[in-house]
Amino acid sequence: MCKITINGRSIEAEKHATILNTAKKAGIMIPTLCFLEGLTPMGACRVCVVEVEGAPNLAAACSTPVRENMVIHTNSKRVREARKTVVELLLSEHEGDCQTCERSDDCELRELARDLGIRINRYEGEKPAPYIDCSTAALYRDASKCIKCRRCVQVCNDVQQVGALFPQFRGYHTTIGPAFTSPLDTVACVQCGQCAAVCPVGAIVENSHIELVQAALDNPKKHVVVQTAPAIRAALGECFGLPPGTLVTGKMVTALRDLGFDAVFDTDFTADLTILEEGTELLMRLRNKFLLGQEVALPQFTSCSPGWIKYAEYYFPDMLDKISTCKSPQQMFGALAKTYYAKKAQIDPAQMVVVSVMPCTAKKYEAARPEMRSSGFQDVDYVLTTRELGDLIKMSGIEFTALADSKMDAPLGISTGAADIFANTGGVMEAALRTVYFVTTGRNLPTKDLHVGPLAGLEGIKTAAVTLTKTVEAWSFLEGVEVKVAVAHGLGNAAHLIERIRKNPDEFQFVEIMTCPGGCIGGGGQPRFTTDEVRKARIAAIYREDEGRELRQSHENPAVNALYEEFLGQPLGEISHHLLHTHYAEKERVV
Amino acid sequence: MAESVKVEHIPSLKQVHEMQPSEILPVIDDIIAQYKGTKGALIPVLQSAQNLLGYLPKDILVHISESLHIPYSEVAGVVTFYSFFSTVPKGRHMVRVCLGTACYVRGGKEVLEAISRDLKIKVGETTADRQFSLEIGRCFGACGLAPVVMIDEDVHQRVKPSKIHEMLEPYRDAEGDGHENH
Ligand code: SF4
Ligand code: SF4
Ligand code: SF4
Ligand code: FES
Repeated sequence: MCKITINGRSIEAEKHATILNTAKKAGIMIPTLCFLEGLTPMGACRVCVVEVEGAPNLAAACSTPVRENMVIHTNSKRVREARKTVVELLLSEHEGDCQTCERSDDCELRELARDLGIRINRYEGEKPAPYIDCSTAALYRDASKCIKCRRCVQVCNDVQQVGALFPQFRGYHTTIGPAFTSPLDTVACVQCGQCAAVCPVGAIVENSHIELVQAALDNPKKHVVVQTAPAIRAALGECFGLPPGTLVTGKMVTALRDLGFDAVFDTDFTADLTILEEGTELLMRLRNKFLLGQEVALPQFTSCSPGWIKYAEYYFPDMLDKISTCKSPQQMFGALAKTYYAKKAQIDPAQMVVVSVMPCTAKKYEAARPEMRSSGFQDVDYVLTTRELGDLIKMSGIEFTALADSKMDAPLGISTGAADIFANTGGVMEAALRTVYFVTTGRNLPTKDLHVGPLAGLEGIKTAAVTLTKTVEAWSFLEGVEVKVAVAHGLGNAAHLIERIRKNPDEFQFVEIMTCPGGCIGGGGQPRFTTDEVRKARIAAIYREDEGRELRQSHENPAVNALYEEFLGQPLGEISHHLLHTHYAEKERVV
Repeated sequence: MAESVKVEHIPSLKQVHEMQPSEILPVIDDIIAQYKGTKGALIPVLQSAQNLLGYLPKDILVHISESLHIPYSEVAGVVTFYSFFSTVPKGRHMVRVCLGTACYVRGGKEVLEAISRDLKIKVGETTADRQFSLEIGRCFGACGLAPVVMIDEDVHQRVKPSKIHEMLEPYRDAEGDGHENH
C-alpha cells in the first residue's frame, strides 16, 4: 500500500497499481480510449492524461504506476485542455456521419467528445480517403472511421494470437489493417469479430444481414424460420438497457414471433443433438483405443466454434484429424430444418429461409462455407448477431422490455439445460460429460448439480478428470478409465494448450476450444461492451437457465430422441454422416 | 545461378528474374539462421534480404514471417514503416534527386517534378518497364553546382527542368522501352 492524493483526497493505493485503476476504485473516473481491461496498457491515445505534481509532462493514467506521496490532478484546466486537444485532433482526421453510423448509439469517440464538452473543433485536419473492406463474410471495415487506437491490434495479436492486424505505414499515413492494407480475406483472419467487439468507433462492424432478413420476412412466399444460439438469451436484454445477465428467453421468443418469423426454434435443439453425435464419436474413438488397441486420433477436439476451426485449418493442420467431424449446432440446425422439418411440416425447402441469431460474427462465415449445403440448399441463409437482432427489434417498433414471455415452437425448439451451457467456456465439455457418464455407467454424473466445478470460470486453460466406474456391460472395457479433459477459450489460450498437447499427446482425451474469451457469451457479435464482469454476469445467467430446467441432459431430450427414431436412425448413422458431419482442410495463411 | 547470388552487390534485375524461388530461398534461410532467436531479428533479416534481391518480394516476406514466427501483418508493418524498404522491384537505373537546402532553393523540387512527369512515376516508384526508379537523395556534396541529380553513379549538375528528357535519354534501353515522348 502507498498513500497518494487525487484531487485533494488522500487515497490508499495498492503498490504497482496504475493511476487509472486506483482512481477508478476511488470513484474518480478518468476517460480512456486505447486502454483495454486485462491487457498491457499501450499508452497510445493520451486521452487518459492526468497532472502529477512535480512532473514536467502530463502522465498517461492507464500506464503510469502510483508512487508513494504522488499528488495527482485529474480535472485541472491543463488536463482538460490536453484531453480536449487529443480528441479534437482525432475528430479532425475522422470521417464519419454520426446520424447514419452503425455505432451512433454506443460510439466511444462521440461520447468522449460530448463528455469533454467539445462543441466546435479548432483543428481542420486532412480527412482520410474512404476505404471499405467487405472482403470477408463476417466483417465490414471502414478505415476512414478508424482513429488508430490499436485496440483491435492488441486483441488480434495478444488475445487471439492471430496477428491479422497491425499498423501499416507511418505518421499521417498510418493505417490499421492487414499486411500492406490488403483485404482481410487475403490473410489468416478467423473472422471472430473480437476486433469489432473492442473497436470504439464504427471502423469494424459486422457485415449486416438485417436487410436480407427483412426482405425474406416481407416475402409471403417464403417460410422463414429462426434459430437462436444459447448465448443470445443472456445478452440480448443489454441492447434494451437491461443489466448484463438478465435472462430474456421468453421475451426474445415473443419478439421473434412479432417480427413475423413463421417458426421460432432453438439452436439448443441441435446443441443437444451435437452432444449425442460428438459424445458417440468420442466413445467410438475410446473403444477403438481401449478395446481394439488401434491407433486413434486423440484427444478429440470440439468443433462448434467456427473461428477455432478456421484457426486450426491455418495454424494446426496436424490437429485436423483430431477435431470432431460434427458440424456446429448452427449448421446441424440448417441441414435438418431444410430436410427433416421441411418434410414434417410439408414445406418446400426451396421456399424456406433459415435465419440464425448468433453471438458470433464467424457464424456468418461458417454459414457461407461451401461444405454447408448438405440439404441441397445453403443450409443456413442468413446470420444476425445479437446486436443486429437488437437493432431489428428496435427498427420494427417493438417495445422489448414490455413483452410477455412465450415458448419456442416444437420440435426444433425443444431442448435441455445441457444445451444452454454451450454458451460459455467449459459448457460443451460439461454437457458432454453428463451424457458420456450416463451412457457408460447408466448413472448421472455424481457431481453437485451436474456441474464440473474445475471447468467453470474464466481461467484461460482449465482441466478436469472423471473416472468411469461400475460401467454398464457394453462399455465395461472403460471400467476405471480416467477421462481427462481440457478446456481453452480465446485462441491465444488454445494455441498454448495445443503446444502442451503436441508435447504430451496422451494427456487428454477430450478438449473443448471456444474462439472467444469466455466462450460464446463473449462472442464478437454480442452487445458492447463485454468486460470480464459482463462475462461473469452472462455466464451466471446461463447456469441459472440450465438449473431451472426439468431436463438437463442432452440424452433426455424427447425431440432429439424422436428425431433419431423418425429420421436419423442412430448417432453416426448414414443420414447423420451426410447431414450432420463435415471435414476440414489445411488453408493457406496468406494468399 | 545460386553461386552468383552470394556476391555482395545487388544482382542485376535480369539475374533476379531468372532465379527460381528454390534458388533464392536457401540463401534467405541462411540469413534467417544467422539472426533467428535474437531479439529484433526482423529488421536485419529484411535488410539483408533486400540487399540480396534489391527489393522485398511478397513470397520472401511470407517466408520470413513464417520462419521467424512473426505475423505477416507485423512484417508488413515494419516494411511499410521504414522508407528504406521497398516491395517493388527497383528499376535498372536509379534516379536520385537531391533536395538538400542548396538544391532545393535552386529548383531541385521543380527538377523532381519534371522527372516525375517525364517518367510518370512518383518518388519511391519504378516505371512499368522497370527501367527507372525515382528517389530523393541526400546531399551529394556538389552544392556549388546545384540542383544535382544522380543517375546510377553519374552526377548531373545544374539540371534544368526543361532538359530532363535529354538527360534521361542515354539511359533508356532501345528495345522494350515503350516510353512515349511528349
Ligand atoms: S464512429 Fe462515432 S463519431 Fe464516427 S461517425 Fe460513427 S458514431 Fe460518429
Ligand atoms: S476477426 Fe478476429 S482474427 Fe480477424 S482481424 Fe478481427 S480479431 Fe483478428
Ligand atoms: S479499427 Fe477500431 S479498434 Fe482498430 S485501431 Fe481503428 S478505431 Fe481502433
Ligand atoms: S487510455 Fe491511456 S493512453 Fe490511451
